Amino acid sequence: MPIIVVEVMPKAEILDPQGKAVAGALARLGKDKFSAVRIGKRFELTVDGTVDDALLAEVREIAEDMLANTVIEDVVSITVAS
Amino acid sequence: MTRVGVITFPGSLDDRDAQRAIRLVGATPVALWHGDHSLDGVDAVVLPGGFSYGDYLRAGAIASHAPIMAEVIEAAGKGIPVLGICNGFQMLSEARLLPGAHTRNAHQQFIRRDQKLRVENASTVWTNEFSAGDEIVIPLKNADGRFVADAAEIERIEGNGQVVFRYVGVNPNGSMNDIAGVSNERGNVVGLMPHPEHATEPGFGPDMPDAMRSGTDGLRFFTSALAALLSH
Repeated sequence: MPIIVVEVMPKAEILDPQGKAVAGALARLGKDKFSAVRIGKRFELTVDGTVDDALLAEVREIAEDMLANTVIEDVVSITVAS
Repeated sequence: MTRVGVITFPGSLDDRDAQRAIRLVGATPVALWHGDHSLDGVDAVVLPGGFSYGDYLRAGAIASHAPIMAEVIEAAGKGIPVLGICNGFQMLSEARLLPGAHTRNAHQQFIRRDQKLRVENASTVWTNEFSAGDEIVIPLKNADGRFVADAAEIERIEGNGQVVFRYVGVNPNGSMNDIAGVSNERGNVVGLMPHPEHATEPGFGPDMPDAMRSGTDGLRFFTSALAALLSH
């Protein structure tokens, strides 16, 4: 069954304390080549049937309405994985 | 008698406390259920604190799509008083009834403290028995309480007087502009992170300088709504 993958990231101007904590941990481990870490979300929607443009448009709507809060997050990609 | 509904969602924790606060000010609390499409004709609505749906996805996000929220949004549009406390505030933001959004506390920790607030706007339905500039103490307890909005939105709500409460002394979660609570433009929908319903009864409230657990500053949220309803 096809899977639609939706990726959501916090907006650039929003403080991401989880990402900052991970960046701090990396620095403490001596992994010093990274200036920042940001943590987002990946949703995998398993489709009961086939994927067409109408369904992708519906997923776009769901992503903007529910999967992401567009006040603080961006939907960065919607792709189909088989 | 004035009837105030309190909506229980899966994971609500403070619905009973909100009902008790409503009873203490002389109104009738009405238990409402998230899965219903009815507000049972109540005069005002409280969305209580807790961890609806385990804060999955984002705090308040799934609850903001609950069946009863269609009726809450409709009622808010008609001017019915709606108060969102903590998780209820997060639901109102997610439902776009209030500006801004909430993220994880800046320090990543859950925090519980008796919190001092300044009342910035005493003309909303839920704050008319305060005076602007009043400082009050009510309990605060949250993990995702950091109020955020983009710069233009912050400027807009500050200019409109939609910042209703601001943290004083300590900003417990990194909220922008120390914002603890906001309203819609009309002032009938108010949300805040701290808990007025936990400061309504001597012996069970926050510690105050004169006596432990004696704080009852939360009562005036509910008396304000009653006063606003009775004046109509």
